[in-house]
Amino acid sequence: MSLAGRVMVLLLAFTVPLALMGVAFAEEPVSMPENSGHAWWFWPLVLFILCFVLGVFAVLAGVGGGVLFVPIVSGFLPFHLDFVRGAGLIVALAGALAAGPGLLRKGMADLRLALPVALIASSCAIVGAMMGLALPTAVIQTLLGATICGIVIIMMKAKKSEYPEVKEPDKLSQTLRIMGVYYEPTRKENINWQIHRTPVGLALFVVIGVMAGMFGLGAGWANVPVLNLVMGAPIKISVATSKFLLSITDTSAAWIYLNNGAVLPLMVVPSVVGIMLGSFVGVRLLAITKPAVIRILVIVVLGLAGLKALQKGLSSFM
Amino acid sequence: MADQSTPQATEEQILYAKLLNGGMLVGLLGLIVTFAIYGTGILKPKIPLEQVQNYWVMPVNEYLEKSGVHAGWAWITNLNYGDMLNFLPIALLSAITILCYVAIIPGLLRKGDRIYAVLAVIEVLVLVLAASGILGSGGH
Repeated sequence: MSLAGRVMVLLLAFTVPLALMGVAFAEEPVSMPENSGHAWWFWPLVLFILCFVLGVFAVLAGVGGGVLFVPIVSGFLPFHLDFVRGAGLIVALAGALAAGPGLLRKGMADLRLALPVALIASSCAIVGAMMGLALPTAVIQTLLGATICGIVIIMMKAKKSEYPEVKEPDKLSQTLRIMGVYYEPTRKENINWQIHRTPVGLALFVVIGVMAGMFGLGAGWANVPVLNLVMGAPIKISVATSKFLLSITDTSAAWIYLNNGAVLPLMVVPSVVGIMLGSFVGVRLLAITKPAVIRILVIVVLGLAGLKALQKGLSSFM
Repeated sequence: MADQSTPQATEEQILYAKLLNGGMLVGLLGLIVTFAIYGTGILKPKIPLEQVQNYWVMPVNEYLEKSGVHAGWAWITNLNYGDMLNFLPIALLSAITILCYVAIIPGLLRKGDRIYAVLAVIEVLVLVLAASGILGSGGH
């Protein structure tokens, strides 16, 4: 078996028992008046290992860690959704902050494109976070399940356009001078880009911001299609700007969760460290694995987590 | 031959990236150091480590009520506790973006880029509002 194959088997060997163990514990009553019997480090260690695995798979599948974290951790581990969303936002934020400087320096993430979009998304993320903490858990769980199922469909169906054709930039993007140039090493040339349909794109970021704040998800799954397919930014600019955008959108929502007490260091730190270490390993494995297979696997796991969230949410109404 | 010397990032982007990088490194390092202090018991936590697992299964309002922990910025007056100390790097990671925005405003104004300077000022106000704790939630 190849090295990549062995690593994958090893990762799955970790993941499956963790998931099964998590399912068993997740069925326990929500309120536990006494100590659950585990040493204090047990669940943080489980979280660290799970997040390490998620970090590896997120890179290989080309998705953000945040979008995997919330549904999988809330679906299969015993943490309340409030704390999972709080931790999910910090996880997504830390990943975006780590990637942001390099993307900005290379000119891949574009500040002129990001600033107007970020203002709308971050303002709406505050509203989403407040709604998320105010609504009953069962409602949020159900909506999260439905959203994750929607994300799975988007991941399966969404197309991407390397260099979308923008015949004429719209007035708003011209006024804001949203355009740029970046060096494309595969073509060995500078690519000029501009955008169109800016008002529509900005309006969509209202919805994206609310969802990011409400569910504690990184919103790369929505940012990229809107920037690329709706507004016409090249795919590389869209992906990089989306990652950078998360550092702003998630900042505003993270403050709301932090100020409402929904951030527990014992959950946040193992998650952030685990997912970051996993990302480093994932980048190294990228060259020797088949991303398409991993992507299918991640979509299946995400779909199961979405259905689990739906089932948990809907069962509360019955 | 491609011209790789084409300016690929503006002055503001470089400044923003520099600050973001510094803040991010300090924040992540701080996260590990304060967690080590917390986990090893160098500083006593406000909620004993063994009891945290009893709280994270509850909705946040119930946790606050039963644990006696105060939400908002109350942690800043409790930095002598191991768990509360962890909020320092978390808050730093959440505050870097505000600092980055503040830093690019003078450059935007110098260039006469008033629209973006205004956008940056509004973004700072939005993030400061979120960070302030003024915006509470209705609770479950």
